[in-house]
Amino acid sequence: MQEINCEVLVSKAAELLEKGTVDRVLGWKAGEFDYDITPAVFHSEQELKDGFVWNDFCGANFSKYLIKETGKSENKVLVFLKPCDTYSFNQLLTEHRFDREKVYAVGVPCSGMLDIGKVKQSAEGIAAVREEGGEVVVDTLYDGSISLKREALLPDRCANCKSKKHVAYDELLGEEGEAVSSARFDEVEKLERMTPDERFAFWQGELSRCIRCNACRDVCPACTCEKCVFDNPNSGVENKAAANSFEEKMFHVIRAFHVAGRCTDCGECSRVCPQHIPLHLLNRKFIKDIDSFYGEYQAGAEVGSRAPIVDYKTDDLEPGEAVGGGENA
Amino acid sequence: MQRIGVFVCHCGTNIAGTVDVKAVAQALKNEPGVVFSTDYQYMCSQAGQDIIKAAIAEHQLSGIVVCSCSPRMHEATFRKTAAAAGLNPYMVEIANIREQCSWVHKEMPVGTEKAIILGKAAVAKVNLNAPLTPGESPVTKRALVIGGGIAGIQTALDIADAGFPVDIVETKPTIGGKMAQLDKTFPTLDCAACILTPKMVDVAQNENVRIFSYSEVTDVKGFVGNFEVTIKRKARFVKEDVCTGCGACTEKCPQKKVPNEFNLGMDNRRAIYIPFAQAVPKVATIDPNYCTMLQKGKCGLCAKVCTAGAIDYQAKDEFIQEKYGAIVVATGFNPISMEKFDEFAYAQSKDVITSLELERLMNAAGPTGGTLLRPSDGEHPHTIVFVQCVGSRCEACAEKGKEYCSKICCMYTAKHAMLIRDKYPDTDVYVFYIDVRTPGKNFDEFYRRAVEEYGVHYIKGMVGKVSPEGGKLKVQASDLLDGKQLHIDADMVVLAAAIEPDKSARPLATMLTASMDTNDFFTEAHPKLRPVESPTAGVFLSGTCQGPKDIPETVSQAGAAASKVIGLLCKDKLTGNPCVAHSDELMCNGCSTCERVCPYGAISYQEKEFRMPDRTTKIRRIAVVNEAVCQGCGACTVACMSGAMDLRGFMNKQIMAEVDAICK
Repeated sequence: MQEINCEVLVSKAAELLEKGTVDRVLGWKAGEFDYDITPAVFHSEQELKDGFVWNDFCGANFSKYLIKETGKSENKVLVFLKPCDTYSFNQLLTEHRFDREKVYAVGVPCSGMLDIGKVKQSAEGIAAVREEGGEVVVDTLYDGSISLKREALLPDRCANCKSKKHVAYDELLGEEGEAVSSARFDEVEKLERMTPDERFAFWQGELSRCIRCNACRDVCPACTCEKCVFDNPNSGVENKAAANSFEEKMFHVIRAFHVAGRCTDCGECSRVCPQHIPLHLLNRKFIKDIDSFYGEYQAGAEVGSRAPIVDYKTDDLEPGEAVGGGENA
Repeated sequence: MQRIGVFVCHCGTNIAGTVDVKAVAQALKNEPGVVFSTDYQYMCSQAGQDIIKAAIAEHQLSGIVVCSCSPRMHEATFRKTAAAAGLNPYMVEIANIREQCSWVHKEMPVGTEKAIILGKAAVAKVNLNAPLTPGESPVTKRALVIGGGIAGIQTALDIADAGFPVDIVETKPTIGGKMAQLDKTFPTLDCAACILTPKMVDVAQNENVRIFSYSEVTDVKGFVGNFEVTIKRKARFVKEDVCTGCGACTEKCPQKKVPNEFNLGMDNRRAIYIPFAQAVPKVATIDPNYCTMLQKGKCGLCAKVCTAGAIDYQAKDEFIQEKYGAIVVATGFNPISMEKFDEFAYAQSKDVITSLELERLMNAAGPTGGTLLRPSDGEHPHTIVFVQCVGSRCEACAEKGKEYCSKICCMYTAKHAMLIRDKYPDTDVYVFYIDVRTPGKNFDEFYRRAVEEYGVHYIKGMVGKVSPEGGKLKVQASDLLDGKQLHIDADMVVLAAAIEPDKSARPLATMLTASMDTNDFFTEAHPKLRPVESPTAGVFLSGTCQGPKDIPETVSQAGAAASKVIGLLCKDKLTGNPCVAHSDELMCNGCSTCERVCPYGAISYQEKEFRMPDRTTKIRRIAVVNEAVCQGCGACTVACMSGAMDLRGFMNKQIMAEVDAICK
């Protein structure tokens, strides 16, 4: 259950539409099921009342939508941002990808979204998901209602939430949060402790499931190129589907390199992957290495910051010190 | 499709010794695009170049590959050859089969195989080459000299004499550098101040020279002919243009306990000071670390006694920006720290001193007024031991000293020994040495005079230990020629400390993108043929920042650097490099990453209207490269995540084609 309920968001949006601050609202609407919530644009109070949703499945990060949405009108668009979304928001502003003046950002506190994959592991034929007495209750078609512990249903990105703090907003609903310390690098460390062969086998196993649907790329707020290298016949790495096991790894490795230093660790790549590949671990490895080589750096923490890998300081470590890495690196 | 000619050079036996050049020419004949392939003994010779010219005409070649030495050696030569035959010079590629192949391999089959692969990579690249035309850029007719020692002074004087304005930036309150601290100079024994100070005055009075003393270079932008430099003028709390240098303030200042760095801390100065009598500019400076007015807000005595009203306690650091066409580095040297050499008891005894400290002790303007007295008790020393190579030629003690020979120590020690024996004949002087190195005009004669006429005891061997005991310094040493241990009770021990580049050199090299060796000496563009130029165009080297040298060598190098600068500043325009970055506006995201990494400030952004497929228009932010400013370093092409930025002549595609050809 979320700290602020849906009505508060709807009335805030209606108020801003009424005042003329914005002429449309970027929000979430219900899909076929309770859990497949879809991003949508609302233009009136009526549309909001009919379709606006705010629940434990509103994981979609709207920052990237602003690139296209701000180009559609001279007026401002209202966007609701969860704390982790605001980092992507700032990172895109750093990269001049949309006009800040055309956005009215409202921060919404987030108590973590649920991973429908984890719910499905315990419940089949899901009719509805609700919260009752601190537990998540799943109404199923075949087995009645099942009660589950909320903590067990959080995706990795929420279980290891890096920040409850909104780093950008025009208006904040609820209380100002704080960046929190999390164990988000534990999984990465586990991979680092593997031998190169074990690690190769691990990623081979994960990435061989990739069907090249490009969902990770399409949702990623750092992947906003006008023309993606994978769609560009002149790039030399263009492909629509992996022709062999080498290529299926290269797509994800190249993508991880492209977003290195810009990835805010929002975790959208893993959320949308239909094959449940833990893609965020690749990005986290980069983040962890950047932190340890050049000092802590959080992409999107502020607008205009320079990622250490596109910055130069005289005391930067030398390339020879950066390779080598850990014992099994 | 290109029509490519391949020319394989034997370089005498340099290449042909370990590479089967005929086999290379034969193998490359079958590569895509190659229509002609041959080999010749010396491609760079007139006859070799004629073969290339003839082949270009006969086979209508559109591109050529020369398999020879490093492109740093002869790329320019072969580009000129191609241009003379009517081919665009940027259609020439060099496959380096000498430095990177024949010189590193011993077996003919291995060398040949690698040469063929390197040739194939170059052919693959030429297949994608396009003709390029260089642009032009103007030259700012002003030079910057960083460092105001004898090297910087001489360079500035020579440039100024040719009629070009020069600025000297010196971190100390006065120019003069190390030479100003010396007493006499070898091998003529003329007084350092007598020959240096007239030059200091000359440079101060030269209307083409501006001196920024007590200043530092903090930022360098731009490129050859068009540097933009930021200079920090540190607050000296005395108005330079008002101060008359009368020295009244330096006599009245109540803060008397400031170690005098000009005398290497062997006596004290005041908090407001003029480093020495002949300082240029002759202006007082307040040391903010010791001035009670600046520290505690109380005193103000110097302002009261200054009749000119030059004192300004509110002064702040100022930053000035200036454009230069050329930059000369003359940052000089320092003796290394003796703290780590415990065996010589430098830290334990005041009577163990460095040679530079001895210069001050023997100087009439030094702490003892020129009389050689022991620093501990002011007594006349009767036995003096000189230790050579302290920290020099020190392979085993890399953390303490330097591997190289500091070059000047043998000669100045001979000078010291001779001067002491001359002035105080009752003094015994011992010199412990590894070798005595005296190459130089009149150098060996000078050293022999010290031994033969002045009776200095030269002993081949090293001092093992110096221990202060009962007012004496017990020196334990070995005499290698007699094969015995020596014990000498000395009154003073003088250490010939190794010299190292000034600490300011490394950050400066970073700012200038000039390269350095592992000892932090600046590297030359070519160690023999371009000794005063740095590999970075427009940056020149003068004096000991490039390597240890004595005064005559420094002065000749300073003049040489000046002549290179004059040659550059005489030009009205410089031909640019056409291998510059350009951005594909259809792919550019306008994210500003390239602008942030560009060291030359060559990238800016503009809003441009694009027509979209559905007949609408869209305004997008895109990167634009100023080709006159771009130096083609390629930083932006690496940082660009969309792949919009590419480097002409080194396009990503060309590099990938080379890699593919090598990996095939």
